[in-house]
Amino acid sequence: MYDVKETFQATSAEDVLELLEAHPGAVLVAGGTDVMIRLKKRKLKDAVLIGLQRVPELQGVSLEPDGALCIGAGCTFAELERHELLLEHVPMLASACHQVGSPQIREMATIGGNLCNGAVSADSAPALYALDAELEVLSQTGVRRIPVCGFHTGPGRTVLGPGDLLLRIRIPRASYEDHGGCYLKFGQRNAMEISTLGCAVNVALTEDRTRIRRAAVAYGVAAPVPVRCYETEARLAGMETGGEALRVLRATVLSQLSPRDSWRASRELREQLIRELGCRALRQAIQQAGGEMA
Amino acid sequence: MGIGVSVRRVDAEAKVTGAAKYVEDLIPRDALYVKVVHSTVSNGLVTRVDTTEAETMPGVVTVLTCFQVPDHQFTTAGHPKALDPSHGDIQDRLILARRVRYYGDDVAAVVADTPLHAAQAAEKVRVEYEAYPSVLTPEAAIGAEPPLHEEYPTNELSRMDFTVDQEGQVHFTTFPFETGDTVAGMEGTTFHMPPVHACHLENTACFAYMEGRQMVVVTGTQAPHTLRRNLADAIGMPVGDVRVIKPYLGGGFGNKQDMVYEPLAAFLSRKLGGRCVAVVPTREETFVNTHTRHAMDITTATEVDEAGKITNKALRINSNGGSYAGHGHAITAYAITVGFATYLASGKQVGQSSVAYTNLPTAAALRGYGIPQLVYAVECQMEDIARANGWDPIAFRQKNVQKLGFYDPFGRFTVCSNGLEECLDVGRRVSDWDRKRREYEQFNRTSPALKKGIGMALFAYKTGVYPTSMETSACRIIMNEDGSAQVQVGATELGQGADTVWTQIASEILTIPEDRIRVQPFQDTDVTPYDNGAYGSRQTYVCGGAVKQTAELLRDKLLAKAGELYGRDAGDLALREEQVVLRESGERLGSIAEVCTYFNFVNDQHTHTQHLTAESTYTALSTCFVYGVSFVDLEVDVPIGKVKVNKVWAVHDSGKIINPQLAAAQVHGGVAMGIGYALGEQMLFDEKTGAPLNNNFLDYKIPTSMDVPEIEALFVETEEPTGPFGNKGLAEPPILAQAPAVRNAILHATGVATYEIPMTPQRLVHAFLKAGLIPQEGGEDCV
Repeated sequence: MYDVKETFQATSAEDVLELLEAHPGAVLVAGGTDVMIRLKKRKLKDAVLIGLQRVPELQGVSLEPDGALCIGAGCTFAELERHELLLEHVPMLASACHQVGSPQIREMATIGGNLCNGAVSADSAPALYALDAELEVLSQTGVRRIPVCGFHTGPGRTVLGPGDLLLRIRIPRASYEDHGGCYLKFGQRNAMEISTLGCAVNVALTEDRTRIRRAAVAYGVAAPVPVRCYETEARLAGMETGGEALRVLRATVLSQLSPRDSWRASRELREQLIRELGCRALRQAIQQAGGEMA
Repeated sequence: MGIGVSVRRVDAEAKVTGAAKYVEDLIPRDALYVKVVHSTVSNGLVTRVDTTEAETMPGVVTVLTCFQVPDHQFTTAGHPKALDPSHGDIQDRLILARRVRYYGDDVAAVVADTPLHAAQAAEKVRVEYEAYPSVLTPEAAIGAEPPLHEEYPTNELSRMDFTVDQEGQVHFTTFPFETGDTVAGMEGTTFHMPPVHACHLENTACFAYMEGRQMVVVTGTQAPHTLRRNLADAIGMPVGDVRVIKPYLGGGFGNKQDMVYEPLAAFLSRKLGGRCVAVVPTREETFVNTHTRHAMDITTATEVDEAGKITNKALRINSNGGSYAGHGHAITAYAITVGFATYLASGKQVGQSSVAYTNLPTAAALRGYGIPQLVYAVECQMEDIARANGWDPIAFRQKNVQKLGFYDPFGRFTVCSNGLEECLDVGRRVSDWDRKRREYEQFNRTSPALKKGIGMALFAYKTGVYPTSMETSACRIIMNEDGSAQVQVGATELGQGADTVWTQIASEILTIPEDRIRVQPFQDTDVTPYDNGAYGSRQTYVCGGAVKQTAELLRDKLLAKAGELYGRDAGDLALREEQVVLRESGERLGSIAEVCTYFNFVNDQHTHTQHLTAESTYTALSTCFVYGVSFVDLEVDVPIGKVKVNKVWAVHDSGKIINPQLAAAQVHGGVAMGIGYALGEQMLFDEKTGAPLNNNFLDYKIPTSMDVPEIEALFVETEEPTGPFGNKGLAEPPILAQAPAVRNAILHATGVATYEIPMTPQRLVHAFLKAGLIPQEGGEDCV
């Protein structure tokens, strides 16, 4: 039995905005996999809930005329992990979606909820950061587009305001065309885990596939918010594919991150994982992009 | 049909379809719900409880505080009653605690019309404490002031020390509490095992209501009759006025051997005029407010001669008992004594064991009863000795293990079945040990990041608890008029397949097929014959004897009545496939159904009717050792400290196997639990406050199906003369050898020895960094 005062089932994005206005403090429920836990733990009390399952604007994956891949915020991870457009254009993101929780959770949880919840451990975040995704947010003033990098502002916090609704996630063509990507997650177990560390690397190679044209390196759980390592990326750009690139990543990433020391994982472990997973993801991303790794 | 066959579980369909009813399925609609208010200090005294606001909350019926419960201390231990009062269980519990002994102790209880209303009101109960510093380990607790229980002024709950002389005689003595790596003057190694939880799927819910003067309690218990006795004492009612009903049980692993919230539910029900009161703890509460496996620090020293025979041996167990006595010294005593019965030494043998009260949740029974900790320490040390001397680890163990004819000075019996050495031989063969040891060592020389290993460990374990406690079990079998039968036992099914085994045993004797024998799945102390309950891997060994004995009585009754009906001498008759036949010729005279129907309804004005039943009590005046080995093949991803277990071969001597499929399933479950103990599970507490940190399934890492490797269960079927069908226990043993086998395989793979479980990625990464297996900052290439 949950401490719920009132529930609403929104039927359109417009409807969501009206309900949010009429019920300040109401909580949006997409898959409910985070909201229900907060209710059960009584961190959320006397709740007003707005269900998003029947909002058509949040559904579906499509390729826009400009080549951007658009993902409805209400898509479940189960839908996304096997979606043809993701598998074709951003397999790294499909793989990240596949690594969330368990099959049961992936059937319920949505990519929009994963982001808006603001958790630094969100499995979709590093991949979306490394893909320079953009977020379409609807509010009373209309739709605005914001970059995902910078979306998280602290543990459990994002730039979204009280009347905002995340509609879609856009991945620009320039981020995925001729790119290779890899998301690696570390959890103590092989399922039912929240990431101890997540790393996504997205690279494009030169035409002859011997050098890195550009690289995006993003981490989850390596700082209070998901982080891009721009300094490492700048060092990697132009380098030959091979061991030296790995050494550069290994030597430079830590200075851009601030992993915690907690009972869940020591800083020593997290630092080792940051270096090791970064190298492994870069190696696999280069291979994905058609490059050779000695 | 009968024994030795993989008969399908009798409860499979009910459990898979959801038809099986568990405690929470049975709570009446008008029940009241309890929310317990837990202490937010680990050590202290409640000075004041303010319930004013809570009592005004919606739906609240009453609020009970620790100042309003009887000042009568009781025990929760699921042990049979000891007639000798000096051997009784320690009575150190109250229904609610004023003297708070762990973070989460029960200080008040809110009763309301719904669980939500109870939870909302519980948040409004204000509790004030006089707090003392937390003492979370035996070292911190022994001698700390003020003591947790005034009856135990040093916080040492119990200790048992002894020497074993060269004739095998035990001499009890008392040593002081000691720590460190030296034990009995010998240089040893100390191993650390954390508290872990049973993690049964079903939480520990119960509800209570009164029918007239009778208190009815429905609860998921492994030992209904024992619970009835302890509960009657706790709430001050006569045993005969207490009725305990145990429906289907969603796992127990020993944690449901003991009483938890039954006294609170019953006390509240009586206070509220007999209304139904339910206590339904959350998973978070079940972790903390039930029982754990004892954390132990085990120091072991083993000296060997050049021939590889053990000469001198000393063992010290410092056990963390937590806040209440639970099983007292029983678990630690069992561990220290088995420590001197598995491997034999020719010279000095010294055992020391202590249990301390600390500010952790109470430790009590959990699958293996102290032996998972012991086996981890001993088998790691045996491996280290073999490695240091360049000996084959299996051959070294074979030289020193207990043999057939061994006289156990603690259990006071002679071993008359022992398949341990054959288990070792089978394990060596099926795991391809010799080839893998060589090839993996070769492979590892040129593979810095991925390492392969194969390791093993063994155990010896007893069945039942004789002669420490008596071993009794009763059974009743009732014939139906159609020749089908009802079996009633007090022994409980908790997932292990006991109810299926009863049908097999009855079928074996009565020739009635299993699907025409119904086992009553609920135990109800008003009608169920007496049993000590499910623990000690005893049920098929003890209750199996009761079912066999009762079925034989019933068979003889059936034959006697058949003799009357068919005009034959009963001695000439036999049962065959539900038919009554002439023993010699096999000629059919009639059927069991015919005999039952006839005597049920006969009305010839002179024959007395008879409803054919039999009932008997079986006493097992014996115990026996079961044995087994685990062989583990694994890979270590060195830079991230992750272990991938490829395969486990578990070879067991549990005597004759009654149901091969159920036996294999039992091994699979135990191996999975052992993998969790080895690699992931530990209950963590804040060092300062004693607050639990990971009492949920996200942060407490039991293995998922993605983490459990391929498991091959094999059996060396010895014949145990004291078992009803040559069988011995198998319930607990499959967990025992897993953690050391995993550790020894990691050692083989990496050359890095660890002395603490669980072997988490963090522990391994730290160890590999220290050992130089992971290059330090700025080092070489990565994978």
